[in-house]
Amino acid sequence: MSGTSSDTFLIDGADGSYEMVVGLEVHVELATATKLFSGSPNRFGDEPNTHIDPVTLGLPGALPVLNRHAVELAMRIGLALNCTVQPCTFHRKNYFYPDMPKAYQISQYDVPLNVDGWLDLPDGTRIGIERAHLEEDTGKSTHVGGSGGRIHGSASSLIDFNRAGVPLVEIVGRPDIRTPEQARQYVNELRAILVAIGASDAKMEEGSMRVDANVSVRRPGDELGTRCEIKNLNSVRSLGRAVEYEARRQVALVEAGERIRQETRHWDEGDGRTHTLRSKEDADDYRYFLEPDLVPLDPGDEWIETVRAGLPPLPAARRTALAETTGAPADGEAVMVVVDRDQDAYVLAVGEAGGDVARALVHVKEAYAEQGAEPTVPAADLAALTTMEVAGELTATQAKQVLAEIVANGGGDPAAIARDKGFEAMDTGALEVMVDEAIAAQPAAWEKFCNGEDKAVGALVGAVMKASQGQADGKAVTALLRARRG
Amino acid sequence: MTAHDVPTTAIDIAAAVRAGIVSASDVVERHLAAIDAHERDVHAFNRVLADQARAAAAAIDAAVAAGDDPGPLAGVPVALKDNLCTRGVPTTCSSKILDGWRPPYDATVVTRLAAAGAIAVGKTNLDEFAMGSSTENSAFGPTRNPHDVERVPGGSSGGSAAAVAAGFAPVGLGSDTGGSIRQPAALCGVVGVKPTYGLVSRYGLVAFASSLDQVGPFTHTVADAAAVLEIIGGHDPMDSTSIPEPVPDLSALLDDGVDGLRVGRITDLPTGADPDVVERVEAAFDALAAAGATIVDVEVPAFTYGLTAYYLIAPAEASSNLARYDGVRYGLRVDAPDTNAMYMATRHEGFGAEVKRRIMLGTYALSAGYYDAYYGKALKVRRLIADDFARAYERADVLLTPASPSVAFAFGDKTDDPLAMYLCDTYTIPSNLSGHPGMSVPFGTGAHDLPIGVQVLAPALHEPTMFRVAAELERAAPPTPAPRMIDVAVGGAGSAR
Repeated sequence: MSGTSSDTFLIDGADGSYEMVVGLEVHVELATATKLFSGSPNRFGDEPNTHIDPVTLGLPGALPVLNRHAVELAMRIGLALNCTVQPCTFHRKNYFYPDMPKAYQISQYDVPLNVDGWLDLPDGTRIGIERAHLEEDTGKSTHVGGSGGRIHGSASSLIDFNRAGVPLVEIVGRPDIRTPEQARQYVNELRAILVAIGASDAKMEEGSMRVDANVSVRRPGDELGTRCEIKNLNSVRSLGRAVEYEARRQVALVEAGERIRQETRHWDEGDGRTHTLRSKEDADDYRYFLEPDLVPLDPGDEWIETVRAGLPPLPAARRTALAETTGAPADGEAVMVVVDRDQDAYVLAVGEAGGDVARALVHVKEAYAEQGAEPTVPAADLAALTTMEVAGELTATQAKQVLAEIVANGGGDPAAIARDKGFEAMDTGALEVMVDEAIAAQPAAWEKFCNGEDKAVGALVGAVMKASQGQADGKAVTALLRARRG
Repeated sequence: MTAHDVPTTAIDIAAAVRAGIVSASDVVERHLAAIDAHERDVHAFNRVLADQARAAAAAIDAAVAAGDDPGPLAGVPVALKDNLCTRGVPTTCSSKILDGWRPPYDATVVTRLAAAGAIAVGKTNLDEFAMGSSTENSAFGPTRNPHDVERVPGGSSGGSAAAVAAGFAPVGLGSDTGGSIRQPAALCGVVGVKPTYGLVSRYGLVAFASSLDQVGPFTHTVADAAAVLEIIGGHDPMDSTSIPEPVPDLSALLDDGVDGLRVGRITDLPTGADPDVVERVEAAFDALAAAGATIVDVEVPAFTYGLTAYYLIAPAEASSNLARYDGVRYGLRVDAPDTNAMYMATRHEGFGAEVKRRIMLGTYALSAGYYDAYYGKALKVRRLIADDFARAYERADVLLTPASPSVAFAFGDKTDDPLAMYLCDTYTIPSNLSGHPGMSVPFGTGAHDLPIGVQVLAPALHEPTMFRVAAELERAAPPTPAPRMIDVAVGGAGSAR
């Protein structure tokens, strides 16, 4: 596909332009009832340290037992992202931090569950998925006193282990993203998929979806440049701003003849910049080794195929279906919003009830999807409304008013409501009379209109609308006036 | 019923208690009396659980009085190695770092023993975090060998071995990562079993090296060991590495003899065992041959490399397992100005020298740039050992080796030379690396009239055959002398059979 603004994004240098190269690493919390390796609830927002147990706290002698449902959700993610699901192993990633109870994180290393997939953006760009692996979350630290909420310089630290051991899938995208818009689309599309397959609620604001961006710049066609990893991206908007800022920062460095240092950088939403967090030389040596407390995980073909067969239609396929049925563009706003809010089935139901799906799409988008509300009107009522509209029995304006009433009542017969409101399609004869009266009443406006002042038509149309008590179709009135003018 | 009638083996005690011939309370009192009399000389325990044991005994007696079955190990006192978690009871691993920590849960083996009617009488001393072969690395002082209190009991499960040898309990539980059950069993003149990896749950065993650790029993007799293993073994859903099968029947074949079995002699076994030990192993081969077994020569070339591979793999896992002792959540915390300083002060103060040595070894072996040369290569050796054993077991049903290269040695003999201490486990380590079972059976004495143990090795899950051979050795063995510090009437290994 082409023609969208996400296609090109070049940053000018003194001597030719640069492109940005972005790869995203996304952590999502899985929507399981319990933790990855223990029976404590996986629940956000409760009193600190109420969802803990010997495994969660890393007490001596406690052992992990893998949560089957977490594996299944991780497999759903892999299959939805076109990955190969394979026999895999768990490793220990060793480092000290107060909110990590065992001083190692159980993760997957050289043989992850899902490998080699892809995600297609709504604009048609295909972004490679390197891997999507299972791992456990850490606890959450709150540093009291000091500055900036960092551990260094704080007076004390509070730790909540409710999040420790919550199952995560880390989805590592390939560096195939070239514009801030593609980065935003990637995260939005990924989130839509994760929600659709029931793997996660994927809320960036609550931290159930966390995005880190690897950003580098290069002359188009050159080898990959040195990358920096950007952390603390708390919204899709931040992501777009941060990758653009970072790419421009790197171009400025290159233009100034300096080298890019590989490092981890922190996005500051306040000043709109990225700041050095740690350089590559300071990186931990994680001393990965095979987790001896777990056995290799081999899902087996039967389980994989069962999970694959149980996947619901994905957002892209649903958009295509809705677009084909309604005639609206698949990456247009109406289709995007309606599928995103899960209301495409309702639109199609209106069609099945004999209504006009194209009109239904617009109504559902405006009355429900944009408000974030769930459709409550019986599909048959909306179908009847669109049928009247298409037949010219209601103008677009009238249809909206009728729909508003149906929505307010949770249903209703549009014909009856239209009658109550006095909305009857006016015959041309009645309209002609009203137009005559309007011209007679406002000769100055008519003269201006005849002299080519198109704006003057508004006063005349307004008069007709008033005389018809809003029942006239504004477009039809304008057409009549233009015809008279000749 | 007088106290003199309390039997000495677990099976006899349980039978007598279940039949109402002896009360569990009498059993417990007799053993607490033995502890009272001799614990100050032996120091087998970090903590004696007298009140808890008396309460448990009263409950067993009430069950018997009510006509209920109190379980197959009813009234049997058990000494638990202090790296097995006990709910509400301090579990120290003989380390300062766990100061004040009381587990909120019982290890699976502890739960299963209690459900079978066994009674925990104490938590036994060990080398700190099970790292050592003499129990001298305990933060609470060494345990002494009941056969000669100037000598070590072996280790790391020296406390449990000594407790059984001294008659403090007819059953002890230990953990064996590289020989920590079999070597002290040999030095203390008791039976000690390291089961197949995964046969016994590790849930609640404080980890030293997770891929090697395995819980097992100390007893006076082979039959007692089989009875205990039948209780503590079998699948546990709380341990992912637990074999998803019930424990095999270990007692059924004990009287079948060894006629027709093939007993392997490893021709390329590492040398270094003392002559008195070699002599007893030869006598064991002779005894089995006389009982109808065929002695076959086998080669296990990688056996020799077991020790070096072990001292990379075990410390590597330990460096990770022991990283959690950071002063943040439980145990010792030494205050310091910031978090990193607190970590360092706590770990400096909390760990002993051997533990620190192994954490450093293991961290180094796993580090970027060294992983392939050390840890990676050790994993390859581990595979070689398993392959070599597999070939040997095509020709032999079991293998026979020394359990320990020497009899019990004197305190301080090896404390300044870690390598000499590590060599104590030459013959036991390879079966930890392969995950195979092994057990030490007392088979007479050597220098200074000290006990010597012969090790029986078998393929994975071939415990029934291993026990069958061990029972034959037990029948052929000269009597083990009674511990020298002990009142014979309390019962020691010598009166077991």
